[in-house]
Amino acid sequence: MGYKLSFGEADRIFDSLQKEYEIWAPKRFVGKGRYSDTDMIRYDKIHRADEIEFNEKSDFPAKEVLTPITETLFYFTEDEYRESKATKKKLLIFMRPCDVHAKYHQEKIYLENGDFADSYYQRMSEKVKIVLMECGEGWDTCFCVSMGTNRTDDYAAAVRAEDEAMFLEIKDEELAPYFQKCASARFTPSFVEENPLQVTVPEIPNKEVLTELKRHPMWDEFDKRCVSCGACTLACSTCTCFTTSDIVYQENSNAGERKRTSASCQIEGFTDMAGGIVFRNTAGERMRYKVLHKFHDYKARFRDFHMCVGCGRCISRCPELISIAATVDKMAAAVDEITASQKAEGGK
Amino acid sequence: MKNIIQPVACEILDVKQESKQEYTFRVKTDIRPNHGQFLQLSIPKVGEAPISVSDFGDGWMDFTIRSVGKVTNEIFSKRPGDELFLRGAYGNGWPLEQFQGKHMVIITGGTGLAPVRSMLHKFEKEPDYVKSVHLICGFKNQEGILFRSELEEWKHCFSTIYALDNEKIDGWHKGFVTEFVKEIPFDSFGGDYEVVIVGPPPMMKFTGIECGKCAVPDKKIWLSFERKMSCAVGKCGHCRIDEVYVCLDGPTFNYTQAKYLVD
Repeated sequence: MGYKLSFGEADRIFDSLQKEYEIWAPKRFVGKGRYSDTDMIRYDKIHRADEIEFNEKSDFPAKEVLTPITETLFYFTEDEYRESKATKKKLLIFMRPCDVHAKYHQEKIYLENGDFADSYYQRMSEKVKIVLMECGEGWDTCFCVSMGTNRTDDYAAAVRAEDEAMFLEIKDEELAPYFQKCASARFTPSFVEENPLQVTVPEIPNKEVLTELKRHPMWDEFDKRCVSCGACTLACSTCTCFTTSDIVYQENSNAGERKRTSASCQIEGFTDMAGGIVFRNTAGERMRYKVLHKFHDYKARFRDFHMCVGCGRCISRCPELISIAATVDKMAAAVDEITASQKAEGGK
Repeated sequence: MKNIIQPVACEILDVKQESKQEYTFRVKTDIRPNHGQFLQLSIPKVGEAPISVSDFGDGWMDFTIRSVGKVTNEIFSKRPGDELFLRGAYGNGWPLEQFQGKHMVIITGGTGLAPVRSMLHKFEKEPDYVKSVHLICGFKNQEGILFRSELEEWKHCFSTIYALDNEKIDGWHKGFVTEFVKEIPFDSFGGDYEVVIVGPPPMMKFTGIECGKCAVPDKKIWLSFERKMSCAVGKCGHCRIDEVYVCLDGPTFNYTQAKYLVD
């Protein structure tokens, strides 16, 4: 069913929804951006329709709701571990199509990889209902069409905001009763059909080409350009890595927590082992590791999609203006070059 | 819903000093690992680390630990009667069925002896399980020698070469394990053998190359990898190399696969 609601009506419905749901959406934090007089847009619990940032893409992805940057796994007192508790309410999350597709990658890692299901992710993901946000024409760093993530029909509700009003399509039966008294209107979401930015991910034809690609000088460029800050992976819709660590309460050293915190393969120390063994020492090696994971290794393991949804948030966040799209183009050129030289070698 | 990362308290039964820096902790547990698997050991408030099983039996398991990090340093303050927290066992372990009935060549560097120790005990107790065992063990120096009494026992049941990297003492060769690979009578095995190599990454790399020089086919070589891990269940991403996760697909790998993996 389709409806049209004023923001005021939406607020009243949000009020009643909040007895059962936490509502999460991208929200603008004025003046909190990285540079002076800039804003930050990230996910937060919202209570009113005008808190939702409809017009711009969020700086950080929707994954933060399900896998917070830092999360307590266990509380311990002396020698006892007690599992942390999750929110009791269901979660209504406003997401763009790229974020919906990114959720499948999160599920692949947290629920399926190795046939182990992570209970912390599972207990959150079971509560989720998706409110799909239309993207209009998209934004300058988006390349969702290239990655096949521009469309989805996996949502409980879809929304378009126009002049302090919302058009809504409600598919979910549990949500429908909340909207019974609203004026009906014809609405189904439309999707971005073309991005200015296009990416063609190269097919790597064999192991020999892959081995040469890992050694290719294209990665050396990042030794100078990449500052290993990890902003790209934190802004990434699909990155899942974390590090666990224990903390002790200052007031009582018998009590503490085991936490997990988002980790970045781009930051030094990601591979450090006790005893001083390090596996990736340079920014170039770390970039090669990340880019090949996103555009080769993940698909080689799970045999379905590349681990990138084309949200372009990493491009927007990089302080060194490194573009993942341009990097993939360079990788494609390197693959062509290696393949051609192998053919020439083979022909000799 | 089962929490797969919930550790379980286990009592320490015995603590044995193996070398200056290494101790073996025997822990009471009903977990029955496969040879070559590892567990996550943790101490509340300190952290968690993957440690390979160095031996096991009915109701107990051994971990041989070097004091090199925050967690392992804290483990060193533990005494019999104290508790360690465990979860696992994880990983694939050694392909024992593939080893059965063959000549075995086992080459270890330093603490790399720990992940093959339980398998060596099995070969010792069941002499008919494999045709023969050729064991090359290297340590950096005299202070680093592990499992001394077992090394002595193995001289009687296996063909052994023991070496120290840079010290000459009685009964021990001087030099890297790579120098002794050519002394293994590969030609006499009639192709019916498997090679296991465990040690620090450079040791495994150069021992693999050395085996290649002795015409050992890649598919007969098996390695065990060690990487940083936070979860051991394929979530945290630290141990991923290319499309494999060391915690899930390893820690043991066939060389045909391992030689292509680039960290």
